[in-house]
Amino acid sequence: MDWLQFFHAFWVGGLFCVAAQLLIDLTKLTPARILTGYVCAGVVLSAVGLYGPLKEFAGCGAAVPLTGFGHALAEGVREAVKTDGLLGALSGGLTAAATGVSASLFFALIWSLLFKSKQK
Amino acid sequence: MDSKAYQTYTESRAKRSHVLRDCIRAFWVGGLICCLGQALNVIYQWAGLEEKTAGLCVSVTLIFLAGLLTGIGWFDRIAKYAGAGTLVPITGFSNAVAAPAIDARAEGYVTGVAAKMFTIAGPVIVYGAVSSILYGVLYYLFTL
Repeated sequence: MDWLQFFHAFWVGGLFCVAAQLLIDLTKLTPARILTGYVCAGVVLSAVGLYGPLKEFAGCGAAVPLTGFGHALAEGVREAVKTDGLLGALSGGLTAAATGVSASLFFALIWSLLFKSKQK
Repeated sequence: MDSKAYQTYTESRAKRSHVLRDCIRAFWVGGLICCLGQALNVIYQWAGLEEKTAGLCVSVTLIFLAGLLTGIGWFDRIAKYAGAGTLVPITGFSNAVAAPAIDARAEGYVTGVAAKMFTIAGPVIVYGAVSSILYGVLYYLFTL
């Protein structure tokens, strides 16, 4: 097994988090804006062809941060435009995101049935 | 250096070290979550899943774990320490859906839980989808 893949996943993923931490500490950006910005940044980085090679290199170090979610959207759109033409621009992104989004919604509903909020 | 200048100086130094501390914490916790993802990926592919399916299963697993930790109240504690280290990985998205959902139980399951799930996830999905649509249109035009 290639142990270097864990090392690369660690430092690339870590650096994505450091960039966001700097945005939080040094600017007035709220976490919600950072999440949104990261997804959009992932779409752009994927569109200009940078994110694909980065994911090849870092694996989950690039796939797990939310930029990877943006990359998945962009990749889905690319595939869908290839097969369905212009309509693919509308269908591709959310199709690719469906697994993650549906899982989040479904599990969140279950957690809300099982757990009570801990008042802070 | 008078006392006021000294105070601003110490404050700026304190802020810098506080930023550095936050970044180190974000780095190792965020990196570790990505490492966990990579390990899951290896396990799923070893178990016979294709690369793409394995990647999706990694996301689902991390979403599940982050939601569960949110439910039992551990996520907040880890996030307080790690800052962006838990926010930026997919765990942060899962927490952003699960935490408001759990908090909104008292407001009912339609306008409370289900609606509040989208407080942060909604904007992420909207702008993610819109930027992917724009990219799709451009891609279509440039590959004609």
